[in-house]
Amino acid sequence: MAMPMESPVTFSNVGKTRWWQRGIFASQTGYVLLALAVLLVIMHFASPYFFTEGNMQNVAKNFSFIAIATLGVTFVIITGGIDLSVGSMMCFSAMITSMVMTELSTPGGLGASLFVHMATDGKTVLANVPGLILLVSILAGLGVALIAGLVNGFCIAVLGLSPFVTTLGMLSIVRGLGYVVSNGRGSFPGGPDADYFYALTSGDILGLPVPFIYLVVLALAMAVVLHHSSFGRHVFALGGNEKAAELTGIPVVRVKIEVYVVCALAAGLQGIIISGWLGSAPANMATSYELNVIAAAVIGGANLAGGIGGPLGAIVGCVLLEVIRNGLVLAQVSSYWQQTLVGVIIILAVLVDRIRSRMI
Amino acid sequence: MTSAEATPVLELSGIGKEFGAIRALHGVDLHVNPGEVVGLMGDNGAGKSTLVKIIAGNFRPSHGEIRFAGDAVHFNRPIDARAVGIEVVYQDLALADNLTAAANVFLGRELKRKFGPIALLDHKAMAARALELFGELRSETRPDDLVKQMSGGQRQAVAIARTRLSNARLVMMDEPTAAISVRQVEQVLGLIHRLKEQGVAVMLISHRMPDVFAVCDRVIVMRRGEKRADKPIHQTSPEEVTALITGAKEAA
Repeated sequence: MAMPMESPVTFSNVGKTRWWQRGIFASQTGYVLLALAVLLVIMHFASPYFFTEGNMQNVAKNFSFIAIATLGVTFVIITGGIDLSVGSMMCFSAMITSMVMTELSTPGGLGASLFVHMATDGKTVLANVPGLILLVSILAGLGVALIAGLVNGFCIAVLGLSPFVTTLGMLSIVRGLGYVVSNGRGSFPGGPDADYFYALTSGDILGLPVPFIYLVVLALAMAVVLHHSSFGRHVFALGGNEKAAELTGIPVVRVKIEVYVVCALAAGLQGIIISGWLGSAPANMATSYELNVIAAAVIGGANLAGGIGGPLGAIVGCVLLEVIRNGLVLAQVSSYWQQTLVGVIIILAVLVDRIRSRMI
Repeated sequence: MTSAEATPVLELSGIGKEFGAIRALHGVDLHVNPGEVVGLMGDNGAGKSTLVKIIAGNFRPSHGEIRFAGDAVHFNRPIDARAVGIEVVYQDLALADNLTAAANVFLGRELKRKFGPIALLDHKAMAARALELFGELRSETRPDDLVKQMSGGQRQAVAIARTRLSNARLVMMDEPTAAISVRQVEQVLGLIHRLKEQGVAVMLISHRMPDVFAVCDRVIVMRRGEKRADKPIHQTSPEEVTALITGAKEAA
């Protein structure tokens, strides 16, 4: 069926795009990365404390606290959607995780007899299988995120509701449920597996904070998924031209539901990690974090109109926000300025991208 | 050119479609033989697009039957139509601007390589095959360029290259020559000739009378949701077709 090629293709009229006009060099992510590098150099000269090991660890830990959720929301943004429920989702997952952990670790609690028994001294509670409680409670926390993500995806992809309104509703629903289950008091991870929990969420490995390690692993996985799997290809196609995606036979509904589920799971995981660092899951935890997360994604180059974005951009956005916050603290500027500056940077980043795309 | 003995690749009988109170199509019978190029003409609102969308699996007909290569078929989604061998080049080309030419050609049917349990995209193979297809179309299109940066003709080539991936038996082209340069029109018409040589049936939906008369074996004229004429091209003339389209002549 192949037709014979009469002459090899020549490109007499079509020039090749130069390397600096392609890929990362021509993206907002590239520009923001450059700005970040400049900012790091400035910080180095402005404050001798900035590049100390302690401060670097601090920065790495702090930006990891929103970066995993930013990876998730970047998936949604690439499809041209938005998820405003990530902040509430963080709180709810964290809360469910620590409540389940406490419940399963309290003798006489619901189902606790399967997991714990009393030591012979009658006071200490011992786990039947070490780590099992932790596993079950984290799965429970991620499970509620999964359900919320499915509901988001169903409303948006199947019922055709607007992502903004759906996830705004979910923001309120999930936050409200958090108050309902906790009576507004918040909860604390407890029981025999609590030490594992803290080690897994706020510990260090070889001097690296564990949240940072999770972030790197997840970001690499995301890069592979986005650029080397058909799912990733479909995510980009959906953001570029949804109608084309549909006409070419891409399972649009399924892909949409999947991105909202991925986003909710990332937020849930992020919440669980934050609660390990805080040592509790208060009912007002991560309030308005969705704005930081979306801001970081947008600064890093994800386009809210869809079709553009990636893990590097998400991380660069988070690092930039954190370095600025850290820098303002080191410079002893009131931390209230941070929010103002973040807003300015969002607009600047988008503005620079607009100017650049007009120049080409 | 049309052999009466051969099973028509596509056969519609009594196709009708209503959208609420609006009757978009009524009692359309037509057939397309292998290797035949059929022009589908009609004014805006004549029912051409609805007919194309029914054949392509976007809509289900309210009445009538579709037979493909002799078998009755029911398409619920465009993939169903594609699975039997119907490819469509849409008027707005259905391209994702933010992806490369090769990615667009293979959209929805990416080539993959297995690495144990996971299948990753085979970028090299897709780029090579896309370049081959662009070569056949004699289009100066680089597989790795973003569609965003391409000319109208290159976009057309990408959309047409897509139909060449599978062993399509019927290619429908919705206004393929509407928005491209004179030289590129020649190329597209040349491509239609080549599809025909391969035994592929082509349905050309076009407003451009010269293009239809240059490549088609037969012309079908639609008006007000009905088929008004179905004639071999050498038994009609542009004047008659125009009269049929506008309604100056009721039927032929």
